[in-house]
Amino acid sequence: MSIKRLMAMTKRVLLQLKHDPRTLALLFVSPALLMTILKYVYSSNPQLFQRVAGSMLGVFPMLVMFLITSVATLRERTSGTLERLMISPLGKSEFIGGYAIAFGLTSMVQATAVSTYAIWVLKLKIAGPQVTLIYAAILDALIGLAIGLAVSTFANTEFQAIQFMPAILLPQLLLSGLLIPRSAMPRILDDISNLLPLSYAIDATKRVITNQGSIVADSLTIAVFLVVLLAAGSLTLKRQTK
Amino acid sequence: MVSCVNLNVTRDKNHILHDLTLEIQRGVIMGLLGPSGSGKTTLMRSIAGLQVIESGQIRVLDLVAGSKALRHKIAYSTQSASVYSDLTCIENIRYFASLYDHNEKTPEQILEDVDLSNNAKQMAESLSGGERARLALATTLVGAPELLILDEPTVGLDPVLRVQLWRLFNKLAEQGKTLLVSSHVMEEAENCHDLILLRNGRVLAQGTPSALRARTGKSRMDDVFINLIEEA
Repeated sequence: MSIKRLMAMTKRVLLQLKHDPRTLALLFVSPALLMTILKYVYSSNPQLFQRVAGSMLGVFPMLVMFLITSVATLRERTSGTLERLMISPLGKSEFIGGYAIAFGLTSMVQATAVSTYAIWVLKLKIAGPQVTLIYAAILDALIGLAIGLAVSTFANTEFQAIQFMPAILLPQLLLSGLLIPRSAMPRILDDISNLLPLSYAIDATKRVITNQGSIVADSLTIAVFLVVLLAAGSLTLKRQTK
Repeated sequence: MVSCVNLNVTRDKNHILHDLTLEIQRGVIMGLLGPSGSGKTTLMRSIAGLQVIESGQIRVLDLVAGSKALRHKIAYSTQSASVYSDLTCIENIRYFASLYDHNEKTPEQILEDVDLSNNAKQMAESLSGGERARLALATTLVGAPELLILDEPTVGLDPVLRVQLWRLFNKLAEQGKTLLVSSHVMEEAENCHDLILLRNGRVLAQGTPSALRARTGKSRMDDVFINLIEEA
């Protein structure tokens, strides 16, 4: 792993984002808009807004990073730039690491902006520190990124890549405890949810919002998922093709 | 520099290269000519180490093709101008250059080489087809490559630019670099030191342009090619 190449890779991905102001604007505006809508949807039941909106702060970065990563990697494959990189000295870990750092930083800024907006404007109450919430949001974003990277290899077109969101992410979202506490679900679903990375991401976010318990265990579990998913993602990058 | 022995490559159950054996000397411009579908791109990808081969041997600089040590020494540009559309020309070159430990030229010099200095700050997306092809060619000049594999680098370019690029190729060869340049336009053969004529995944002939002319008694390269096909 060369730090110089890792940084070059990170810088390039950020530069591409910088040249795309519309995507940048959407990254901040759409979560803020959705939170605002939620606030008014639940205007008759503010309690529910507190519960759902907090978790949503972790869901946005994950959905966005999943989509961005799968489309970006697919673009590298179809445009031939990935092949160009595979004969260069750039290592696979540097390729993936560059994306992870660049999008991780982006999600940090996104989580900071959206949570600040939710706390100050929408009066969302967070019992734990905002910094911890942002940290949890970055973990969520990295999970989205890692899944996006791992599945992008199974997509040949952008259409397919986008279909992986309802196919892979939404089932996890339904089982993650966002709709109803996981312990209240049928036993079998609860067991399945224990195997899904998103559940721990949502758990961590919930713990920060209610300030109940430490998120160290969740962080470690997520870290294990990240390592496995990123390793799977790097296996799907082939230097030689048939 | 490059040697292939009994190379066989199959893609999607199609046998693309058949028992191919060839040799490329250092410091020459080797033209790889043949109609589309003759296996030029597959051969180039195999030498670049991007292609899983079925049998046979490819050695580049005395190493097995695809070896890690070759990543600093080989440059390859595909037919489909592989550059980042959402970066400017100079950003594209700077990025690719930053992946190599040692760069012979600055990004500005490289753009100068391919006559894109005036487009340095233009987004690759808005380049014309010919400009985009030259930008892709420019990305192969980063680092310090010893072997440049260029898949149809002059396709779609106007005659003036084509002459300029061939001058650049000659300059690179004089510096001791080896170039493998493919084309389906037979007249481009004139510009090469050595030629491989490929047809249906087999080497039809290898030799200098003058040797092939002498062998067939034809002056136009098109006729030489046709003559060699009939002979085979």
